[in-house]
Amino acid sequence: MNQRLEAAPVQVDTGVRRFTAAERWIHRTTAALMGICVVTAACLYVPALAELVGRRALVVTLHKWTGLLLPLPVLAGLASRAFRADVGRLNRWGPHDRLWLRAARRRAPGPRPAAKFNAGQKLYAAWIAGATLVMLATGLMMWFTHLTPLMWRTSATFVHDWLALTIGIVLAGHIGMALGDPEARRGLRTGSVSREWVEREHPLWRP
Amino acid sequence: MNPEHPEAREAPAEHPEDEAREPERGAPIGRRVLLGTLGLGALGVVAAPVLQRGMESFLGEVGQKDPTGLTGLLPNGGGFRYYSVVSSVPRKTAKNYRLTVDGLVDKPTSYTLADLRALPQTRMVKDVQCVTGWRVPDTPFEGVRLSELLDAAGVRSSAGAVRFTCFDGAYSESLTLEQARRADVLVALRMQDKDISHNHGGPVRLYVAPMYFYKSAKWLSGIEVTEKVEPGYWEKRGYDIDAWVGRSNGRDDEPTT
Repeated sequence: MNQRLEAAPVQVDTGVRRFTAAERWIHRTTAALMGICVVTAACLYVPALAELVGRRALVVTLHKWTGLLLPLPVLAGLASRAFRADVGRLNRWGPHDRLWLRAARRRAPGPRPAAKFNAGQKLYAAWIAGATLVMLATGLMMWFTHLTPLMWRTSATFVHDWLALTIGIVLAGHIGMALGDPEARRGLRTGSVSREWVEREHPLWRP
Repeated sequence: MNPEHPEAREAPAEHPEDEAREPERGAPIGRRVLLGTLGLGALGVVAAPVLQRGMESFLGEVGQKDPTGLTGLLPNGGGFRYYSVVSSVPRKTAKNYRLTVDGLVDKPTSYTLADLRALPQTRMVKDVQCVTGWRVPDTPFEGVRLSELLDAAGVRSSAGAVRFTCFDGAYSESLTLEQARRADVLVALRMQDKDISHNHGGPVRLYVAPMYFYKSAKWLSGIEVTEKVEPGYWEKRGYDIDAWVGRSNGRDDEPTT
């Protein structure tokens, strides 16, 4: 009440609300868990890092448990109405998403219409969710070695290794895009973005 | 526009505004991409044996001609991987390296690197198979037969196993006496026709040719003859004690001997 009284006289553009606090925390915790997964994986896998870090049993334990916890923030987040709504937005594709993808693929300078999330973000969200579940399943097959037939385990290792490499590359792309767009990062840091940014990057979004 | 009016609802968008009215009501492509990724993952597991063989032969060939060594970082890209269970391992040279043989023996002995080099050397060229999946073909190892060191120390009749300790301070391994006396078990001084480097477990490591590579303890510093097999470092963490390649740890790799 007080705030409204104080804020009313001055017209400050605080921007457009893009993410709730719950959504920002889902992203943060998922990012932290994914980060630990990637770093520990690198320490198990890249010879130079393995030599530097050693402590194999500890690194393995850390990797397994963070991997197991990785889907939890998203699952817990489903309790948030705003998060559920955004998951719905990420799921549904309109005609403008095809235009966006086509323009992005051709690196065309023209308009790239997007609602709250552009087609690239939608594609990334769906793929990384699926890939995480595949990593979880193959990881569990390698962890509980005596629960699955022996053939499966070698196969699970194969899929886990190659998908890990793919995720590493795609994740680097995801982080690279964020590094190139400070306003998108502000959205995830503070919850708000500027109106100009919305008009430029997400013209079809009606917050 | 009156949404209750059927014609108005069907009407094509006239302004971008109209098209944008409900841009998030399209097809559930996201779900399809997610399920498709899951499906591809499952397919990958099913097709892995075929894919893996193809990848191994392809990367094996590319790796031979790859001056950057980047293919070594790829899964199944060939080459050894460095595993250590501790944060750092002290370095030992010909000056300060000692290998002790004790336990249930008549003559406990301590060997310097020069002592070991003076003994008859055996060279073997076989594949190395790690329990995590990587395999390095035709790797030469050279060293003293373990059976020779055991005979020299005089193993007592009460003995049934041999325990190996390492100067990294944590790793240990075990073999039954029968396994330890096999002709393809070496106290190795050379690998790939070079003195064993520190990262490969030098100056001296164990080489148990017919078993998964975790049995071939790096940085070997102690051989203790014991009554019974004591589980080693990884074996306390779930690995099989009798680690025959292809017949243990739930794996079906081609045997290395």
